[in-house]
Amino acid sequence: MGGPLPLADPAPRDGSLPASVARGAGERAFGVYLHVPFCTVRCGYCDFNTYTATELRGASQADYASTALAEIDFAAAVLERAGLPDRPAQTVFFGGGTPTLLPAGDLVRMLDGVRTRFGIAEGAEITTEANPDSVDVEYLAELAAAGFTRVSFGMQSAVPRVLATLDRTHDPERIPVVVAAAREAGLQVSLDLIYGTPGETIEDWRRSLEAVTAQRPDHVSAYALIVEQGTRLARRIRSGQLAAPSDDLQADMYELADDLLGRAGYSWYEVSNWAAAPEFRSRHNLSYWRGSDWWGVGPGAHSHVGGVRWWNVKHPAAYAGLIADDASPAHGRETLDDSTRLVERVLLETRIAEGLAIDALEADGRTAVAGLIADGLVNGEAALRGRVVLSLRGRLLADAVVRRLVA
Amino acid sequence: MSPRATTALQPASTPPASIRNFCIIAHIDHGKSTLADRMLQITGVVADRDMRAQYLDRMDIERERGITIKSQAVRMPWSKDGQTFALNMIDTPGHVDFTYEVSRSLAACEGAILLVDAAQGIEAQTLANLYLALENDLEIIPVLNKIDLPAADPDKYAAELAGLIGGSPDDVLRVSGKTGMGVEELLDRVVDRIPNPQGDANAPARAMIFDSVYDTYRGVVTYVRMIDGSLSPRERIQMMSTRAVHELLEIGVSSPEPIPTKGLGVGEVGYLITGVKDVRQSKVGDTVTTASKPATEALPGYTDPKPMVFSGLYPIDGADYPDLREALDKLKLSDAALNYEPETSVALGFGFRCGFLGLLHLEIITERLEREFGLDLIATAPSVTYEVTTEDKKTVTVTNPSEFPGGKIQAVSEPVVKVGVLAPKDYVGTIMELCQSRRGTLLGMEYLGEDRVELRYTMPLGEIVFDFFDHLKSRTQGYASLDYEPAGEQEADLVKVDILLQGEQVDAFSAIVHRDKAYAYGVLMTERLKNLIPRQQFEVPIQAAIGARIIARESIRAMRKDVLAKCYGGDITRKRKLLEKQKEGKKRMKMVGKVEVPQEAFIAALSGDTETKKDKK
Repeated sequence: MGGPLPLADPAPRDGSLPASVARGAGERAFGVYLHVPFCTVRCGYCDFNTYTATELRGASQADYASTALAEIDFAAAVLERAGLPDRPAQTVFFGGGTPTLLPAGDLVRMLDGVRTRFGIAEGAEITTEANPDSVDVEYLAELAAAGFTRVSFGMQSAVPRVLATLDRTHDPERIPVVVAAAREAGLQVSLDLIYGTPGETIEDWRRSLEAVTAQRPDHVSAYALIVEQGTRLARRIRSGQLAAPSDDLQADMYELADDLLGRAGYSWYEVSNWAAAPEFRSRHNLSYWRGSDWWGVGPGAHSHVGGVRWWNVKHPAAYAGLIADDASPAHGRETLDDSTRLVERVLLETRIAEGLAIDALEADGRTAVAGLIADGLVNGEAALRGRVVLSLRGRLLADAVVRRLVA
Repeated sequence: MSPRATTALQPASTPPASIRNFCIIAHIDHGKSTLADRMLQITGVVADRDMRAQYLDRMDIERERGITIKSQAVRMPWSKDGQTFALNMIDTPGHVDFTYEVSRSLAACEGAILLVDAAQGIEAQTLANLYLALENDLEIIPVLNKIDLPAADPDKYAAELAGLIGGSPDDVLRVSGKTGMGVEELLDRVVDRIPNPQGDANAPARAMIFDSVYDTYRGVVTYVRMIDGSLSPRERIQMMSTRAVHELLEIGVSSPEPIPTKGLGVGEVGYLITGVKDVRQSKVGDTVTTASKPATEALPGYTDPKPMVFSGLYPIDGADYPDLREALDKLKLSDAALNYEPETSVALGFGFRCGFLGLLHLEIITERLEREFGLDLIATAPSVTYEVTTEDKKTVTVTNPSEFPGGKIQAVSEPVVKVGVLAPKDYVGTIMELCQSRRGTLLGMEYLGEDRVELRYTMPLGEIVFDFFDHLKSRTQGYASLDYEPAGEQEADLVKVDILLQGEQVDAFSAIVHRDKAYAYGVLMTERLKNLIPRQQFEVPIQAAIGARIIARESIRAMRKDVLAKCYGGDITRKRKLLEKQKEGKKRMKMVGKVEVPQEAFIAALSGDTETKKDKK
């Protein structure tokens, strides 16, 4: 939910979806994303849709769960009217912002709302993101008891200097404590890292990776820092206070991550995600790459149902106002035509380890695969088995690969 | 103090004794147009309410830059001591590129006002035109302008002018074109000092063309000075260089709007309209006579304008190529000196190789194409004409580095110019350094007054066309002025340096340079391109070579990362739009072999603008 909202068609006020979305819906997984747009401080690199108390302009953090529950009701009605079959949620993901700024009871109420309106599938994956300094054993135990299965900690780095540049307030010493608490509560653990922060050396990065593997999390995400326009970080770089992250160093860091995580038993399953075993892959995350259906609840949240994408208004106060009027909180939407869907499919599926079926490509794209193998960007054996799977180098140049496949 | 003439003399029946033909020689921005405007006002040919600044400069570019590209003539009535005169003011182009046009304008006059800014003193181009005027035996009236400026130092510059043309500083008139101060005295002096025209009224008609202008509504308007005989309406006229005959549709004088007349007699200045649509049929310097009673001998001094500087002009958007062709075809109608032919470049696509009289001419044409025709253009580095003799004794004329023959070269000859640089004496050292670094040979140095110096050099024209003027200006804080004139050819040790991208030659960057400078050029261009071309998925060597010999080398390291780490919370739309943007960007790339080069990189490298280092995407 970073950056400006895309330009697109206006969304109808009642949120109604075209009949086309019901086609093949029975075969598509359904998930729910719940956005919690609050933080205690805004980190300098962050352009996500989140607000500190002073930025809220009247929208209340305390009322948020109730507002989100109202959108869940709205969602159930829209999907039913569109003729979609009842599909229990396979995955539920609370992201932010900082979901754990809300009392555990609020998260539980929202999850219960999903359960009431859609049902929760047997063995569903239910995750919340958490800030290492905003949770404790009791909090996590309450979530686990309510059905949460997974917690993803925004660790970012083990090096205090790097955390300071990112404006992260937590103490790296908190990580082992909260990981142990999550384990005790019976939750799967994921640790999120950011690399390529200005001033971060390859040795700093190694320290962070080693700190992660020492905790034996089930899942690791490692994201290259993106300097987004309009953030304080971007301003500090422009003014020369900080050095811009170098692509070459970020490439070295990615390779080091893949190497160290690989040795520690983790395998990549998406460009920026590694899991200790196939069952620990984030199914919610994969649903984005596989073109599944999901409803995104909350300000600025994105949704996708059967080839229609839409996104909600960004400000919590505007959002709450629309919900109170029983209107769709969507700000814009787009209906994908066949060729756009194909482009998206190539764009998304090439990023995952199982890859993209070569059959899905148009003739030029299929021809381009040979060149990509020759250039060492695509795995030749996988291609012979009919799939485009990126090599390590190909993962670092994934956007270039996609351009060649859809040119 | 002279009053305005109460009745003007009638054209076609004005005795030569009552005619004064003169021009104004001045540097850009020394106030020639403002003075001319004031004369129009004082003589009453333009009503005060119709006065607009720089009345005579018709084109926007001229008005904005304050320079005159196309000369025109204005007939003004003036009375002195009870006698009425017809004053013909012939406006001359002020720049060195138009030396030939200037010389023809001067040939149409008996006298010249030498106009100099009282705060700046004479400049190199004015000096050059003054030489031309003296060469034509013109009576010179020295005038200091802008004496109302606080910075004016008329005593100093009057002494300078007197030193140049002889006479006393007291003879130098002091005027202000802005306030009108001294302009009436100046008009009186024109009458007193400038000789009246001489000619044989009974001889076959001979009129010299000193300008020809294309007008959208009327076709070509030809400005002439009658030397002998007369011309009348409805007569059939003949151009003596081509023998072409045209019907004279209209004949008249500008005052300053065109006024048809019963004809033009000896010594008069006016215009002709024949209905031709192309200025090439009415060439500056040519002689007009009548078809019924043609003159046997043309007036001396006619030459075809010869391009000195060549450059490739390319539309930035390849789709604009037909528009560029159309625009050039139109400009050609009004600019006999412009010539062009189609050319293609790997780096820049389809364009035209154009020949210009000089650098300003190039600049003016490019700017007119951009402004009047709305085209976005890139010009390749200017080049001059080389005569290359190969070992088998063949001689090739090269106006474009791509025409430079391969194989063994026996000799290369290049055009040489005489250069005059005028500057305050403090800059002599730095100017000499610059001229010497451009293979200049010092001819002489003269003090003009106490603190200004004229340096004279011979220099290869090729050394001047590149960025000499920019360097000269920046090293002298803008104080130096430059003039040059052709001075033959010389043999020199010149080589062609090619620039190769992954082994593929990039034609737009080939250059003909002196062997001693080949290495520096190679290093400059390879470094520039290294900084401008985005990284590719493979390493790209950039080399500079003379023939097969590599003289400089850089390389662009392979790009290692081109992937977005994540899609924010399922915002796939944003990522797809980014991809679409990247795909669009790719379409605009020029392919040199396997290397994708953004057009902007070529443009920046050609213009020397290396600030815009392109990152990927």
